[in-house]
Amino acid sequence: MRERIVLDLRKLPLHGMGTQSATWWGTLAFMLIEGTGFALAIAVYLYLMSLATTWPIDAPPPDLLPGTLVTLILLVSLVPNILISRWAEQQDLRKVRIGLVVMSILGIAPLIVRVFEFPALRISWDTNAYGSVVWLLLGLHTTHIITDLADTLVLAALMFTRHAQNARRFGDVQDNAMYWNFVVAAWLPIYGCIYWLARL
Amino acid sequence: MNMPAKASDTRDIDIQGSCLTEALTETWKTPPGIWGALTTVDHKIIGRRYIFTAFVFLVLGGVLAVLMRIQLAQPEARLLGPDRYNQIFTMHGANMMFLFAVPVMEAVAVYLVPLMVGTRNIAFPRLNAFSYWIYLAGGALLWIAFALDMGPDVGWFAYVPLSGPQYAAGKRADIWAQMITFTEVSALAVAVEMVVTVFKQRAPGMTLDRIPVFVWAMLVTSFLIIMAMPAIMVASTSLILDRLVGTHFFNPAEGGDVLLWQHLFWFFGHPEVYIIFLPAAGMVSTMIEPFARRPAFGYLGLVMALIATGILAFGLWVHHMFVAGLPRLGESFFTASSMAIAIPAGIQIFCWLATLWDGRPVFKTPLLFIIGFFVTFVIGGLTGVMVASVPFDTQVHDTYFVVAHFHYVLVGGAVFPLLGAIHYWFPKLTGRMMSETLGQWSFWLIITGFNATFFPMHILGLEGMPRRIYTYQPDLPWHALNVFASLSSIVLTAGFLVFFINVIRSAWAGDVASDNPWDAATLEWATSSPPPSFNFAMIPVVNSLHPLWDCRDALAVAKGLRTDRRELVVTSLNTAEPQAREASPRNSIWPLLTAIATSIMLIWSIFTPWAVVWGSIPIAIALIGWFWPKGTPEDEA
Repeated sequence: MRERIVLDLRKLPLHGMGTQSATWWGTLAFMLIEGTGFALAIAVYLYLMSLATTWPIDAPPPDLLPGTLVTLILLVSLVPNILISRWAEQQDLRKVRIGLVVMSILGIAPLIVRVFEFPALRISWDTNAYGSVVWLLLGLHTTHIITDLADTLVLAALMFTRHAQNARRFGDVQDNAMYWNFVVAAWLPIYGCIYWLARL
Repeated sequence: MNMPAKASDTRDIDIQGSCLTEALTETWKTPPGIWGALTTVDHKIIGRRYIFTAFVFLVLGGVLAVLMRIQLAQPEARLLGPDRYNQIFTMHGANMMFLFAVPVMEAVAVYLVPLMVGTRNIAFPRLNAFSYWIYLAGGALLWIAFALDMGPDVGWFAYVPLSGPQYAAGKRADIWAQMITFTEVSALAVAVEMVVTVFKQRAPGMTLDRIPVFVWAMLVTSFLIIMAMPAIMVASTSLILDRLVGTHFFNPAEGGDVLLWQHLFWFFGHPEVYIIFLPAAGMVSTMIEPFARRPAFGYLGLVMALIATGILAFGLWVHHMFVAGLPRLGESFFTASSMAIAIPAGIQIFCWLATLWDGRPVFKTPLLFIIGFFVTFVIGGLTGVMVASVPFDTQVHDTYFVVAHFHYVLVGGAVFPLLGAIHYWFPKLTGRMMSETLGQWSFWLIITGFNATFFPMHILGLEGMPRRIYTYQPDLPWHALNVFASLSSIVLTAGFLVFFINVIRSAWAGDVASDNPWDAATLEWATSSPPPSFNFAMIPVVNSLHPLWDCRDALAVAKGLRTDRRELVVTSLNTAEPQAREASPRNSIWPLLTAIATSIMLIWSIFTPWAVVWGSIPIAIALIGWFWPKGTPEDEA
């Protein structure tokens, strides 16, 4: 077929940031998948709770301390996380590097407390269905933190190499920050379920 | 940020004709040989591979169906014992749903959608390569297990407690559950690629109301996959946990619940039906145009019907559980929603009929399959409205009436349009036409054989013949219709045989196809048959819903992309305004290595939970290799 040139694309940038970028939308789609998974796991919790005559089944409610501490760390982490997203938008490499180191530490910290959170559930996964579902919720979210922490660590390493000064890499930092916001947001209803519904 | 072009870069406008093609070929090519085959990220090669593999699974599943028909042809037959029969009907269902129907629709879309929206590759092409390898591994897992007499035997829906630790010893149910993980990971990956390709990589000017209906259908389907498949992953993971580490999700003795399984399964399982049907409906809306010689009637209605079906699909799942003893009010709600979904289906049927009515139909094989689809799918839809009624459903639940119903909607509603689509898009895939004579033969054999095999099952069901029985006694009144169905299945098999002979023969010796042999209107026909590795030498610019009909003299295109970097145009979501000259990744071995590492972890975890810990390390390493920049021109920004 013959061609007729009607549009010139030469002036376009080599990479679009934010909603212009395919990666941003891909991250959003993966968040929708995982968000649906979390919503369903919470639905399983509520379903089993609605069937049980007493809840928690044959167990005291979980200890509040470790879970609340994780919640606080995650909430505090939002501040540098939002800042790093801004610095990435401004393509300020020095600040982004500092921010990634801080976010790596703030990714490890909740995992350390989480080690104490599992025993604080005060029930094992194989005791009964209540134990199974709280372990499922906590396990899923722990996987979530580990995944994003691994991503943050690799990205932090990458931003200290020659590949850093690049619009696409700053976009990756923004997407990673967006994903961490989601990790924190997904935790809040799970925290409410595990610690406060068990106290109703 | 607007980066200045480097002095060394080459642009398509600086070079002409064959030099441009050569430069683009060099940048986008898949090298010949085994290394090229393992590393390619070309959506057309992966799409073809996906389609081929799905049809291999169709043949395998078909062989199982034939075995069941031979077994049921006479009472008290001894060809298959009860244990083998359980494995065979489970394998047939699981294989056809998870390894054929869903993947084949996504496969066709992997091939076509980037061409139809006028871009050079699918979004996230390495994820696309990964998804194919994972799919292949999941299929191999299921069939190798079956060959080792470890095939799942708990039905394609694996209801607990039958599939739980108490009643399903051994690893058969785990094979089913982990096959689910494989196929869902691959389906979810393709769904994400599809959403982003349609959202961000449409040709400049392809506004929302200029998107081909098939592409709309794949967009809605992808959202269904994204929202529905997590349910089955939560379900199958909990099942594996119950079986492996002693959790009690489905154990009523310890506060669990068996109906929880059915809720989770059907919250996925019913949208699954539309995940299979909507792409087929999109194919019909797109194919009908060149054969009716006019635009499809009611574009807005067709698109709205797809979206409405997608939303309603999530409000139907309980109709699979009408005999499970749920509250009456719930049952009434789900009866109403099950009947309501007939409305968007009806809107589409009437739009298609209006298109043909007002058009000048050319009765080539694809159109024959479309008409066969109307008839068969409408019959299946009508029995669907019947089983939506609780009293009727209670009567025929778990009988051959249901078997007849879902084969009418799935084969009639999805396989017939798919076969039409293979005839229609074959020239684009291979550069050759399929034989029209053999096509007509295969159509008449398949439609006759299908109806003669499955219609009697309605009557068998009303006569009380239950599903999933490996044999029946001679004094029951089911023999004659079973013999009839079994003999008819020979006709159906012959039809598929003719179809496959046609495919193989045409691929070798069919007439050479032109770029646009059907005089169709969508962009995939604007490039050569088969398309070059870069799809379009210059990105099309779209001004209408039927670009090839509305500008017959020349295709409007855009200039200014680099030829030394895999570059494509990213456009805005609504209006498709160009936003960036985005890089598209080069070929890579890492998706295959990641898929191998993932497969090892998933299969290992059937046996020990520690596999998840240790198996994740190679996956993480492979993913780092995948994403680490390699200093190619694509990494410039």
